[in-house]
Amino acid sequence: MAEPTHAIRLHVNGVAYDLDVPARRLLSDALRHDLELTGTHVGCEHGVCGACTVLLDGEPVRSCLTLAVSVDGEEVTTVEGLAAADGQLGPVQQAFKDCHGLQCGFCTPGFLTTITAGLRDNPDPTRDEAREMIAGNLCRCTGYQNIVASVLRAAELSASTGGSQIPKHAGVSQDLPTASGAEGDGGGTP
Amino acid sequence: MKPAPFEYVRPRTADEAVAALTEAADAKVLAGGQSLIPLLSMRLAAPTTLVDLNGVDELAYVRTDDDCVRIGAMARHAQVEHDAAATARQPLLRQALTLVAHPTIRNRGTTVGSIAHADPAAELPAVLAVLGGTLTCRSASGTREITASECFVGPLESALRPDELATEIRLPALGPTSGTAIREVARRHGDYALVGVAAVVDVDGDDGAVRSARAGYFSVADTPVVLDLTDTVDTGPSWDRAAEHAMAALDPLGDIHASADYRRHLIGVLTRQALAAAHSDARGTDG
Amino acid sequence: MTTKLFGDPIPRLEDERLLRGQGQYLDDLGNDALEVAIVRSPHAHARIVDIDVDPALDVDGLVAIYTWDDLDGPLAEPLPLLIPHPTLTHSRTPYALAKDEVNHVGEAVAMVVATDRYIAEDAASRIRVTYDPLPPVVGIAAARAAADLVHDDVPGNVAARMRQSNGDADAAIAAAPHRISLDLDIERSASTPLEGRGVLARWDTESARLRIWSSTQTSTGLRAAIAARLELSLGQVDVLTPDVGGGFGVKIVHPWPEEVLVAMAARALGRPVKFTEDRREHFIAAAHERGQQHHVEAGYDDEGRLLGLSVRFWHDNGAYTPYGLIVPIITSTQLLGPYKPGAYTVEFDSLYTNTVLVTPYRGAGRPQGAYVMERTLDAIAAELGLDRTAVREANFIQPDEMPYDHGLIFQDGKPLRYDSGDFPASLEKLKKLVGWDDFEAYRDQARAEGRRVGIGIGCYVEGTGVGPYEGGHVHIETTGKVKVATGLTSQGQGHQTVFAQIVADELGVPIEDVEVVTGDTRRFPYAVGTFASRAAVMSGSAIALAARRARAKALRIAAEALEASEEDLEIVDGIVQVRGAPDSRIALGTVAVLSNPLRYAFDEASKAATQFAVGDPTKPPVPEGDEPGLEGRDYYSPNQSTFANGMHAAIVETDPDTAEIRILRYCVVHDCGPMINPRIVEGQIHGGVGQGVGGALYERMAYDEYGQLLNASFMDFLMPYVTEVPEQIEIDHLETPSPLNPLGIKGLGEAGIIPSSAVFASAIEDAEGIPIRSMPISPSELFELRRRHGKDGDRG
Repeated sequence: MAEPTHAIRLHVNGVAYDLDVPARRLLSDALRHDLELTGTHVGCEHGVCGACTVLLDGEPVRSCLTLAVSVDGEEVTTVEGLAAADGQLGPVQQAFKDCHGLQCGFCTPGFLTTITAGLRDNPDPTRDEAREMIAGNLCRCTGYQNIVASVLRAAELSASTGGSQIPKHAGVSQDLPTASGAEGDGGGTP
Repeated sequence: MKPAPFEYVRPRTADEAVAALTEAADAKVLAGGQSLIPLLSMRLAAPTTLVDLNGVDELAYVRTDDDCVRIGAMARHAQVEHDAAATARQPLLRQALTLVAHPTIRNRGTTVGSIAHADPAAELPAVLAVLGGTLTCRSASGTREITASECFVGPLESALRPDELATEIRLPALGPTSGTAIREVARRHGDYALVGVAAVVDVDGDDGAVRSARAGYFSVADTPVVLDLTDTVDTGPSWDRAAEHAMAALDPLGDIHASADYRRHLIGVLTRQALAAAHSDARGTDG
Repeated sequence: MTTKLFGDPIPRLEDERLLRGQGQYLDDLGNDALEVAIVRSPHAHARIVDIDVDPALDVDGLVAIYTWDDLDGPLAEPLPLLIPHPTLTHSRTPYALAKDEVNHVGEAVAMVVATDRYIAEDAASRIRVTYDPLPPVVGIAAARAAADLVHDDVPGNVAARMRQSNGDADAAIAAAPHRISLDLDIERSASTPLEGRGVLARWDTESARLRIWSSTQTSTGLRAAIAARLELSLGQVDVLTPDVGGGFGVKIVHPWPEEVLVAMAARALGRPVKFTEDRREHFIAAAHERGQQHHVEAGYDDEGRLLGLSVRFWHDNGAYTPYGLIVPIITSTQLLGPYKPGAYTVEFDSLYTNTVLVTPYRGAGRPQGAYVMERTLDAIAAELGLDRTAVREANFIQPDEMPYDHGLIFQDGKPLRYDSGDFPASLEKLKKLVGWDDFEAYRDQARAEGRRVGIGIGCYVEGTGVGPYEGGHVHIETTGKVKVATGLTSQGQGHQTVFAQIVADELGVPIEDVEVVTGDTRRFPYAVGTFASRAAVMSGSAIALAARRARAKALRIAAEALEASEEDLEIVDGIVQVRGAPDSRIALGTVAVLSNPLRYAFDEASKAATQFAVGDPTKPPVPEGDEPGLEGRDYYSPNQSTFANGMHAAIVETDPDTAEIRILRYCVVHDCGPMINPRIVEGQIHGGVGQGVGGALYERMAYDEYGQLLNASFMDFLMPYVTEVPEQIEIDHLETPSPLNPLGIKGLGEAGIIPSSAVFASAIEDAEGIPIRSMPISPSELFELRRRHGKDGDRG
């Protein structure tokens, strides 16, 4: 007897997909195997390594700790959605290339999405803030030095191109100052 | 690691969620999922039914009243952490939340979920305990309030019954003459604490003498433990006796990350640090 | 004019694709494949009484279940012993699926094939295996005591005992003015790349060919092993390596049981089959390394010079020995580092335990060796009241003593003979970089602030570019594009970039026109693999030589076409031209066209090579000894390894209350000869240092007495985040070229990690004044050490 499935719709990188998935289908697997968007990687399936990090309504979440059915109707941004509309690498991607921020590349998509949202919220981080921004993602190849450099470089590149196009989730309160002392929304919201 | 199959229910209201829990024989509630989904994937938990609260918007609130902060079951840690009114009313909330895992986890995990999960190594149960907060839950037979002291029964075991839905936690406001602090030692940034202390100190408005000192400990026993250290505080103030008292009163276990003796030692160190910081906070001496 | 690319820190050619999420890692492939789940032993040691698959049979989506009984021919035999050694008298390797007995938690017992991994796991969870548990042997002490045996027919749990010596160490120690005795331990860690193992196989019935993709470090090794197991000819098997999400040594092991089983199932079922391991499986079914206990006896003089050194050690090789004795042999030989003890004896026992296999992990025995030597020298310095760097200097091999033969046999079966290095110069650089001579003043200042700081040092030598060979193929196509292939593999080292840099330089073509493929047996079928910091040396050299052959042929053909002399020709930006007469030129692509005499033109360009267009009618179109096409193929097969070296220093701060350890500074001086791409070199060092910090301060495999791995997840196996590694890694380079290969280069893949435990032990001991003999060390362990040495300060 085949497992029951649920009809859901996911908006991924601006495209609407209709899927029929079992309830237990992890979002990571739905993206990778049902939608064949294999840029999001799976390193542990217990939420620690961060390789599977995607943006859900603009906020980083672990796709391995999310059921696809649970996010029916919501917006997901994966690494495949970070390039600019004209196909050029986005500022975070370009920064990684400039700074040798990746070696094997397996953890990289999780860093790219995390940093994209991080810079939206804090466009001009200090070195310490850059480290804090990536403190929840594991990398085994780089020793993190060049990833920190990539965050700072991405901030530079973003500043010159007008900032992230990923909007902040509407539900989160804007009252508190961000860590750097700047008030309110990180900028770049359409 | 993939979960075993389960029936899936997606209520739109709290009442529907309660009804689903009542109906299902062996159900689990999915809120943030940051603790539950790894258990499902590792097949350490295999409920027949999963009741997904992620569509129950009515529970996604953070409300600040004059005397308390009320957090609904679907409020994410991140939402609470960034709620200026709530964190002003009870600063220990934000101090604790910044220690919970990493921001990405906090974007999805829920504060009430952390209480219901009842991990003795987690910060929030100790916060609820030391503040004397309550957990509200609802079932087919009505609503009940569970006090912090009754809430945590054992490791990963709360006082919630299988047919009860946790809907809200309430944390009392911090008084004007009180201060809070939380201190922990973890192996890596964002890991569960080896030992942690959440302290609340109340001072005399005039001379700053300590009127009361309470500390909530996590990662020291099967549940969070609250100690009233008021009588152990010496003038100065000096925290040595408080530290010794805590070290004698608690009996931590060793594991692969830390020996029992080291944990006991940390209980002393962190008691001193947390009380001193809470005291400064009460006096407003650190800004 | 094309600028020289060798030495240029150009951005990597691999990155664009990977940054866009267009990498093709194993699990990204084969979306149409059936998937596998493995039933694994929950016991460390047990007899298999019965395997009942019936409860799984009605799972919807199940395709097949296999146990050992379903395997026949070579498939049913134990997996190969990859590296035999005469002293490995009691080698044991696992079966692809356990036969009668299991010897570690995680050992494969049954394979389930289903339509997807979720369903495969459902079926696997229903299979009932009945075990009769046996007493497990866990840890070196238990293995040595041998109250219980891992394998019934291996007495004392000893897989091998090996001894090497140069001179009479015992006599030298006895006669020495001073003696010291030390016991030093290192615990297990593991490679733990972010991507686990994975394999995909397709059997094409029509052509009777097997195509395998595997997240492996050796395409050719895997190909040969699978062909043998499945009784196919080598020509029927292709192995392709996809993008690999890190290897660090663990993926050199082959064939894994899953690789054999997936290939078998693909053929048996006539459908593609894929296995992607999960994180828990990687912890309990891949491989670990590092666990060793050492006893040192040393005799030394008043300057701290080692007159005699005798090391006895015990290596925990886990339940099986598929990779032979490589790790302890490397410890035995690389322990010597940059030093020349008067006499040296090393003897080890390689012992079985009921735990996961032990095979090389970045460093592969060198970290243990460096740790033992460096702690010994530190201890000697402490005894004599000498500066620790002075004791190093007293023991260094001097630059004018190169080549220096230690009189021992290295892991490649060749003499341990250092070819290059200037150790005094490296140490000088390091002392300056870290400010060694100013440290006491800094310590005094810190002490006045109530802070506790210490400085540590660690030196090592790394044998790199181990043989037997690698090959390179350079093919200049008629379009002018250059296709390069080598058989070894890539896991993030930037091979596509550095090999392209070499070819672009050798040929004089723009790097954009060079495309490199690694690890595809269809493109290059003779290779060894990527491990032991050998890829740049081996394939770099082979590719350089192959490019030179292609260049020579191009110039010969171009000279004829241009009616010029070869010596007058140069190649600039892909154009062959007469030096000083740039009108006389021919594009390399055209040369390629001319290199293949044609009867039939197939496009415009190729008309130029048809039989009525070119060629001397009196000579054969393809000269004797020559071949059509503009290609170069060559191999590099050195007589011995080439020895890189490095020295690290760290300044740490220890918390007097919590015993937490903070890294204040980390400095590296490194000599890998000339660097092809300095940015990639630094990246390798950063990564190695990061893993070294993990291994020294955070990571260990926590087995309980039942052989259960208590921390088989990233939650409890503490790989460092950015917050645990130094904020900055300060690097200085020395470049003493290798005389052994055409590019003068030496390997560096493991450089960052080798001295780590030594350095941190040295620094923490310096901060605390407590001897550190056991690594890794955690705050809890430091606290316990403090108490044991009465340095408690237990203010609580």
